[in-house]
Amino acid sequence: MSISPSAVPALEIESLKKTYPNGVEALKGVSLAVPAGDFYALLGPNGAGKSTLIGIVSSLVNATSGEARVFGVPIRTRRSEAMQMLGLVPQEINFNMFEQPFQICVNQAGFYGVPRNIAAERAEKYLKQLALWDKAFEVARTLSGGMKRRLLIARAMMNEPRLLILDEPTAGVDIEIRRSMWKFIQGINAAGTTVILTTHYLEEAEQLCRNIAIIDHGRIIVDTAMKSLLGKLDVETFVLDLTNACAELPTVEGVKLTRIDDHTLEAEMSRAHDLNSLFAALSARGVTVTSMRNKANRLEELFVRLIETNDAKEAA
Amino acid sequence: MNAEATLTALGTIVRREVTRILRIWSQTLLPPAITATLYFIIFGSLIGRRIGEIAPGISYIEYIAPGLIMMSVIQNAYGNITSSFFGAKFQRFVEEMLVSPMPSWTILAGYISGAVLRGFMVGVIVLVISLFFTKIHLYHPFVTLSTFVLAATIFGLLGFINAIYARKFDDIAIIPTFVLTPLTYLGGVFYNVAQLPTPWKEISFANPILYMVSAFRYGLLGVSDIDLGWAYAVMVAFVVVFGAICLNLLQRGVGLRS
Repeated sequence: MSISPSAVPALEIESLKKTYPNGVEALKGVSLAVPAGDFYALLGPNGAGKSTLIGIVSSLVNATSGEARVFGVPIRTRRSEAMQMLGLVPQEINFNMFEQPFQICVNQAGFYGVPRNIAAERAEKYLKQLALWDKAFEVARTLSGGMKRRLLIARAMMNEPRLLILDEPTAGVDIEIRRSMWKFIQGINAAGTTVILTTHYLEEAEQLCRNIAIIDHGRIIVDTAMKSLLGKLDVETFVLDLTNACAELPTVEGVKLTRIDDHTLEAEMSRAHDLNSLFAALSARGVTVTSMRNKANRLEELFVRLIETNDAKEAA
Repeated sequence: MNAEATLTALGTIVRREVTRILRIWSQTLLPPAITATLYFIIFGSLIGRRIGEIAPGISYIEYIAPGLIMMSVIQNAYGNITSSFFGAKFQRFVEEMLVSPMPSWTILAGYISGAVLRGFMVGVIVLVISLFFTKIHLYHPFVTLSTFVLAATIFGLLGFINAIYARKFDDIAIIPTFVLTPLTYLGGVFYNVAQLPTPWKEISFANPILYMVSAFRYGLLGVSDIDLGWAYAVMVAFVVVFGAICLNLLQRGVGLRS
């Protein structure tokens, strides 16, 4: 019986463990499956094990035990086949600073066995798409930080991977460039490439990803659909900007109000509590709200709570 | 990876190595030319004239020319691979190759080819310089070429092992300074080891460079301090042993994969 390609997960990880020679247990039996075509977020605080996990999948780190498969191909025993389907955008800038972006891209394609004429066409295509073509023949070390990040993406696309892993691709990049990178990555995901994204910008993960895993202390603590996770958020915090100075802190039933300064209040309330009753109560006490915003984005709030809960468990 | 794709990958590494050698020619090709010129002037023309013939019909400058060419080939093959591969490790762009589907032997073959090509370029430069000072005859082209390729390969492999274990730039400078240079000077470049007293003569036979210099001299001059068959056996053995060590280190990811 043949298996349809979409039934095979893009990435399947089973009981993956990694203990470094210094005794640090970076992964303590991680299992997860990323469906083909997904846009998947892998989040976690610094040192949680994200980079080790990505290192094992990209064959830069040797696993202590467990199995990782790319589209059903085991990395340990059929590394070459698995790597053919994988593209990696690493966290650190790791290209030759003395080479030109065009050379870097063409060479990368060459390492995957792509003939030079096709490699040159692809390099032009992706450097243009990532707005780097006018810098294609300049030495890479002269590129700005944002350009270097985009070059890492162009390079990872040279083998036109079926699975693209982006390890904090937008770190230190301004919002305009970040948005253009999102657009590009969304485009390749729409064209069929499975994308795994790690990022510390949780707004980015919330906007882009359909499924999410959170890793902490080398264990997966959440692996679910983004919508389902966000649905668990039962408390939200709003920042309210006031027209007039508020000398005394008003009390509103069901809402925890905190005074930040004379013109700013913070309101923590259940998602079930409607905002109209809050405004009515404030208005009755002579407090007029000029504007309001979420204190943190929804995923960020959830993430912090989950990590805090897990840290408390680990400490216990 | 199929054979065609593997060949493309290998060609990519070789092309990148040659581009690097030519891009930094003032560091890779010019210094050996200057050093060789000085050797020919001082040891060949000035001192060598007083020494006269070192073997029947062979002047001292003719005798040292093959050794000086081989010395340049060895040092540059070694230096090329240590600086290039360690540079790739240091800047972490070696990961471009490590995450690719390329088999380990392709990475090794690519870097060794780069080392051999740098050795060849430098060898030709020193050979041309030597023609300004003496006459060079090509008695045995096959012996000359095969000895050059084997010697450059051996020291390319040794340089690769050095680069794999190196953690800082000092680590790639120690071996050439404290091991390679003494072995080269004591490897029969400037003298015939048969003239050495016991036990120095016997000790010299443990120096692998002696076999390379002697075989190369035989290819160019038709005279050798060592039996040619024995020289080939030693060189081939070194290629097999060092090649196996390099492949094993790459497969295990020593110094490259954590």
